[in-house]
Amino acid sequence: MTYQPIRFYQTGTFTVGNRLLPDEQRSVQANMRRTNSLNSGHRACQGCGEALGARYAIDAAMEATHKQLVAANATGCLEVFSTPYPETSWQIPWIHSLFGNAAAVGTGIAAAMRVKGRHDVRVVAQGGDGGTTDIGFGCLSGMFERNDDVLYICYDNGGYMNTGIQRSSATPPAARTNTTMPIGDSPGAAFGQGKNVPAIAIAHEIPYVATATVAELRDLETKVRRAMEFRGARYIHILVPCPLGWGHGSADTIRMARLAKETGLFPVIEAEHGTVTGVSKIKRKVPVEEYLRPQQRFAHLFRDPPRRDVIDHIQQLADRNILRYRLLDNVERRA
Amino acid sequence: MLKQTEGSAAVAEAVALCRPEVICAYPISPQTHIVEALGRMVAAGQLAPCEFINVESEFAAMSVAIGASAAGARAYTATASQGLLFMAEAVYNAAGLGLPIVMTVANRAIGAPINIWNDHTDALSQRDCGWLQLFAEDNQEALDLHIQAFRLAEELSLPVMVCMDGFILTHAYERVDLPTQAQVDAYLPPYEPRQVLDPADPVSIGAMVGPEAFMEVRYLAHAKQRQALELIPAWADEFRSIFGRDSGGLTHTYRLEDAETVVVALGSVLGTIKDTVDEMRERGTRIGVLGITCFRPWPTEAVRNALAGARRVVVLEKSLAVGLGGIVSNNVAASYSGSSDLVHTVIAGLGGRAITRKSLHKVFSEAVAGTLEAVTFLDLDHAVVERVLAREREQRRSGPIAENILRDLGVVAAKIG
Repeated sequence: MTYQPIRFYQTGTFTVGNRLLPDEQRSVQANMRRTNSLNSGHRACQGCGEALGARYAIDAAMEATHKQLVAANATGCLEVFSTPYPETSWQIPWIHSLFGNAAAVGTGIAAAMRVKGRHDVRVVAQGGDGGTTDIGFGCLSGMFERNDDVLYICYDNGGYMNTGIQRSSATPPAARTNTTMPIGDSPGAAFGQGKNVPAIAIAHEIPYVATATVAELRDLETKVRRAMEFRGARYIHILVPCPLGWGHGSADTIRMARLAKETGLFPVIEAEHGTVTGVSKIKRKVPVEEYLRPQQRFAHLFRDPPRRDVIDHIQQLADRNILRYRLLDNVERRA
Repeated sequence: MLKQTEGSAAVAEAVALCRPEVICAYPISPQTHIVEALGRMVAAGQLAPCEFINVESEFAAMSVAIGASAAGARAYTATASQGLLFMAEAVYNAAGLGLPIVMTVANRAIGAPINIWNDHTDALSQRDCGWLQLFAEDNQEALDLHIQAFRLAEELSLPVMVCMDGFILTHAYERVDLPTQAQVDAYLPPYEPRQVLDPADPVSIGAMVGPEAFMEVRYLAHAKQRQALELIPAWADEFRSIFGRDSGGLTHTYRLEDAETVVVALGSVLGTIKDTVDEMRERGTRIGVLGITCFRPWPTEAVRNALAGARRVVVLEKSLAVGLGGIVSNNVAASYSGSSDLVHTVIAGLGGRAITRKSLHKVFSEAVAGTLEAVTFLDLDHAVVERVLAREREQRRSGPIAENILRDLGVVAAKIG
């Protein structure tokens, strides 16, 4: 299905309504026959962005593969909250092996399916940012460079939330975590550190790389569907706010994800074979302060006196993204 | 078919005859020739359908094998030494998940100091990981154990490690009897997994298990390994009926009749030990040999029975429980009905130090004479050790130990015993 920009927005939120669309253009989540691959009853926190992201992504992948899907899961929140023994929320064949090897387990499953002649069965490997950008990075990079037929999905909530909110290489600068406490002059997590894994994935020149947030369901679903049109290594990096680790209200998960995009702090892009092919433009540019202020992990920036220097530094990072990915240029229509 | 070939090539041919479906490999000496040979066979299309995957680490090698096995493919990999340690987390995981992966371990020392030569430190470091561990005495047995390993693994739904001495076996050219495809097919049925990732019948594998069930899961792993103690001899019998030779089983005994002294060992050193024992027998010494083929599960009854008539036991092992003494000897002592004081530990061959008949004669004669220490380090250069200790007494910054020893020794590349 080709992507078509939809222009029926709910006032103020940019939420896309389905009711005015023809059936084939409605989101997978709006379909009563969606697979509920990550079924209700799991133990995620209220407002969990990762649970939302995983359900969106895997339901879309199930639709795209006609339910011929197998998933490998890294250790982390998603694994723990979805499979408290003896229950499981997964309605698909699913395996959890270790924290750092989901990509390699995916490679093994894909190899087995090829040997068995099951070319219809597709493989997803998934993990949080710790399991992807840190401990699982070796296996991820190996899977990329061999161009193994696996879609890897990273649910990025910017830290080790399952172990109690510690810093990962995806923790944004100035964020407070339990291992980057803003004590004295320290801004929290340091500037000039961290790993831009979508860019690193693009540098592997794999068939498809995309970023997305849980705020834009249709964009996310379209990217999963697009990813499934390719064979070989694919990577989708989804920003999933964490009410617990970020310290925002559990009703604000979608709002936080939208603000991350609209400030420019989280560029929403896609790339094919090493070249950026699509950028989701900012609809209304928002100063970073609007995104930082509701989050407890940035509360130390807004005490008396506020850390204007740090806030400005974060604004510079957002502005750099806007320039780098042309996030504010005239909105171009995608074919 | 009789063939004069390298141990690694023989093992590669055996694995190929087992119709593997996914082979993943990361190179480490002395395992390389095995996976190189298999890679060539896959590239030539001889094993189709089979995938050969060059991974980026041993951790990935075992992880790819985990994914492949869980998706219903017969999976194989090989490693050694540091590689086995680097994959250790996944090694435990494969056993915990009950995935019947077969892996060759080309036994090699663990650093530091870095050393590529043979001992058993690598495999024995993983003795409690839940894998079955079989040790080959020669290249024929290495070849045969792989065929038995796939059957054992898949019947029990547990992974099996086939251990063969690095270089001593992997790189030695010997005559081996290569079975036919028909023989192997008659012995090894197609892989029928107990659990599989199948979109038609979705299951979750690897769920979080709390205190309410963890003990039971672990107990079942233990119970299955103990069950293997009955299957292994039965399948060695069946192997004999199809292939016409004795291979595998729990233990091998040699000249144990009326033996007062029994030497226990694993792997290729059994050949040198048997030669030494033959010479001592000629001189009237009542000495025999117990070779452990199956180290995990530990064959308690077989060892107890084999040692029933022994007045003293010498465990000669290429491994060291640092701060204690022997690893194998502790297992042996627990299965010996006599006093554990009568079980002597001889640590030998670490890092490839040659084990000569001359040295074995000396240590076995001391055992027979009742003068052998509880723990002996065969052919240890005491003068060198004393020099290091003296240096450390004299100087605070005494420097790196291994490099100091090398300097003290000078050029001794040819020293083997």
